[in-house]
Formats: sequence, structure tokens, C-alpha cells
Amino acid sequence: MGTDRFIRIALPTATVFAFLIAWTVYVHTAEVSAFILPTPMQIVSAFIGLVSDPDIWGHALVTVIEAVSGFVIAVVLGISLGMAMARVQMLEWAFKPFIVCLQLIPKIALAPLFILWFGFGLESKIVIAAALAFFPVFSNALVAFRSVEPGDRDVFTMLQANPVQRFTMLDLPTALPVVLAGMEVAVVMSMIGAIVGEFIGGNEGLGYLAVAMLQELQVPGLFAVIVLLTLIGLTLYTLIAQLRGWLTPWHASVAGKSRDG
Amino acid sequence: MNIENTADIRIVGIGKTFGQGENAVRAIGDATLDMQRGDFISLLGPSGCGKTTLLRIIAGLEQPSEGEVIVRNRSVWEGGKRSSEATRPVSMMFQEARLFPWFSVAENVALPLRLRGVKRVEREERAHALCETVGLKGFEKARPSALSGGMRQRASLARALITEPQVLLLDEPFGALDAMTRDTLNMELMSVCAKAQVTTILVTHSITEAAFLSDRVVVLASRPARITEVIEMPFERPRTLDLQRKPEFQDMLVRLRASLTGGH
Repeated sequence: MGTDRFIRIALPTATVFAFLIAWTVYVHTAEVSAFILPTPMQIVSAFIGLVSDPDIWGHALVTVIEAVSGFVIAVVLGISLGMAMARVQMLEWAFKPFIVCLQLIPKIALAPLFILWFGFGLESKIVIAAALAFFPVFSNALVAFRSVEPGDRDVFTMLQANPVQRFTMLDLPTALPVVLAGMEVAVVMSMIGAIVGEFIGGNEGLGYLAVAMLQELQVPGLFAVIVLLTLIGLTLYTLIAQLRGWLTPWHASVAGKSRDG
Repeated sequence: MNIENTADIRIVGIGKTFGQGENAVRAIGDATLDMQRGDFISLLGPSGCGKTTLLRIIAGLEQPSEGEVIVRNRSVWEGGKRSSEATRPVSMMFQEARLFPWFSVAENVALPLRLRGVKRVEREERAHALCETVGLKGFEKARPSALSGGMRQRASLARALITEPQVLLLDEPFGALDAMTRDTLNMELMSVCAKAQVTTILVTHSITEAAFLSDRVVVLASRPARITEVIEMPFERPRTLDLQRKPEFQDMLVRLRASLTGGH
């Protein structure tokens, strides 16, 4: 078991290092300009320079606030609408085709419009983040709250459960694993939404900073921003994954993970 | 019929039709049956004869097209609505254990008490005691997924018994288990039902199981779905597995088989 665990850590680490070494060798041998592709070491030093600048944390905070607010809005709307449509057939018939049509619009293309409507501040970015994160939560919630088995409902009927008990002890725990899987996708989408919004307009946030770096041809700095964005995205994703393990410890996806690790 | 009926369960002219017009399928027709307190009866028939539908109507899970089910002088279906008063003393066990993975074994067993608002300490105490009775001692904190099929049905049985029901409805609860486990659980079921004077209805397609457990076997036929015969099982109680080897028991199996095939 000990060697298994060692290999599970050593193998991916080796892959990453091999990639970074290949990258470095390529930049040196092909004599690529640092304006086009800096070496990993240049990016690391740019990253250290970036995170030691206190201004950066202001930008990072803005992006996090936008992504998290958009995510929360998407989760609240997605779960309530998904749940309502799972319960009331008429609501689904009335609204689902409409919502699916909305989903088919490439929402990134709507981003400039949101800037026009909601201005250059945080609001427009929150709306874009929410628009991107909404659908995975909604569609998963719709399926999840509908997947309660009739046989399980029969048990609760025989036990004379009231509607509140039914919801908290049957519908909610049945739906949670699937809803949380949707939230894992959504948190990544909300991050993308916030960054795209910042690309287009405004003067705050890491997306804005990336564009500013590019305009000044500070390519190592641009990479450093991307690294920071990746780390923030990873942190948010890990938080939701942790939440899943904590809220649904019985579920196969969670149980399987703990057996592996 | 007299008004002061002493029967525990009365099934009066129950019929059920699925669909309408030309597509209508008769699932059960004109079923009438009286059961006394502590009676153990089996509904025996081929698949598709409507035995599960009849049990679900008695449980209040399916609405009959006509007729009435009366449990302890209360109608299960009042004005087209399920009466929670009438079905309160009724427990049901299903083909699958239907345990909930988000609860531990003991929490699953205690669920009916929790839904009735019984305090945590009391329900834990009763769940642990009942786990011991059905042979699940030491597994109270386990997740249902950690149990074997037979142990899951034990937990399901404990959940059905924890409310101290007066009526127990069993829909082939041990059908998916191996013969040995099935015998053991049937013996335990019989002793529990006898001890607590529980009125029990078992749906099964096993002739041996029906003859061994029941006071009376209700034989059903399909197309059209109906009760063809009600046969007394005149064997002394308490019964042991030895009974199954005796000639009179074997004769009864022949008789039941004839009744089943004659119904076609």
C-alpha cells in the first residue's frame, strides 16, 4: 500500500516535471523570444514578483468576488428553478424549451451586451459569471430532484411522512450528489465568466490585468496572472469538491475517492 | 352482514382497472376476503395476476376502481383519498430492502419513529434492541451498502416492526434471497408475527412458502385477474422446517399446484 501511494504521487509529479523540462529545452534550443514564450523559470520569478505586489491582491479579490457572487446567484436560481420544474410538470412544459434555447446562445458572445446594460463595474461581470454557471446547476437539479425512485416514495407514504420530512429526508439527500456535481462544473464556469467580463471592459480584476500585461508586452507577467487565476480556480473547485465529500459521504463518487486516497 | 364486524381486515369487492376504453386492463376483479386478528394469509398466483396490485390497494398505495378495504373498522380509501388514520397501524415490506444510504442501519430502522416525532434517545434504544432481535447486532452504525442482501432485508424487517404494527403487508420480501437465508428469515418472521398477534398478508409466487407460513392461502388466477380459491392450511403451530418433509404437507403442495394451474 505504501509503495502504491508513493507511485500515485510520484507519477503525476514526474509528468509535470518532464513537461516543464521539455518546455525549457524547447525555448532554449529553438531560441524563442521571451516576448512570445518565456521559460518556466522566468514565469516563476514573474509570479513571485506578482504576488509580492500588494496591488495584485486587490485585483484578485475583485475577480473572486465576481466569480463567487455569480456562482451563488446561479446556484440559488438553478436549484430553485430545477426543483420547481421537477415537481410541477406544467412549469417544465412552459419554461424548459425557453431555457434550453437560452442555453444554446453562446453566452460569451453576449458578454459585451451585459457590459452595455450593467456598466463597467462588478455588476456586469457577476451577471456574466451567473449566466455561464446557471445551466449546469439547473439541468442537474432538474434531473436530480426527479430521480427519486417511486419505491422510495412508497416507503415514505407508508410511514405517513409529511411534506417537509419528505423533502429533507428523501428528496434532498437523493438529489444532493447530482446537484453538487453540477456545482463543480458551475464554479469553473463562473470563473471563466468573470475573466471574460474583465477582458472586455473595466479597470479592475485579474482579467483586466492580463490584458494590460499583454498590451505592455509583459509576457512572463501575463503567464504569472494565468498561473494565479488557475490557482484561484483550483481552490474554488476544491472547496466544492470538499463540500461534496462532507455533505454526501455515503455516495459512491465520494466513497470511491476515499478508498483510493 | 352484521355491522359489528370483528374482522381485522375486510376486503369487499375490490376491483382495479388500468387505462380506459379499449385499452383498459383489468388488474384485479371482485376480490372479497375477511381476516381475523393474527391471521397469516398468502396471496399466491402467477406473475401478472394482480396480487401485488391487491396488496398495494390494501396498503393505500394504489386506489381501487371499485370496492372497499377496511382496516379495524376504518376505510383505507375515504372519498378517493388515502386515510392516514386507517393505515397508521399498517407496516409494509417491499421486494427491495429500500434502505436509505444517507442513514446508518440503526437510523434506517428508527426512521418510522423519527417521522412520528419520537425523541432521539428513545428511538435509538428501540432501534438497537430491534437490531439485536433480527440479528443485526454490531451493524447498527454500518451503512446499508456494507450489508449483504439478507442483512438488508433483516434491517428492512426491523424497520417494518419498530412501530409495533397490527397489520404487516409483505410484497415478496425474501424473493431475491438464497434458499437458506430465506428459510431462516421466514422462521423469524413467523415467530415475530405469532408473538405480537400481527395480521399478515404475504404476496408470493412460491407454493412452499405460502403453504408453510400461512393459515390460509388465497389462490389467484390471471386473465381475468380474480381470486379462484381460498385454502386452509391445517398445520399445527408453532411450525418447524421439518413440516415441509411431512406427507400431508407434500399433499397440500400438490393440491395448491392443482388449484393454481386449474385457474387457467
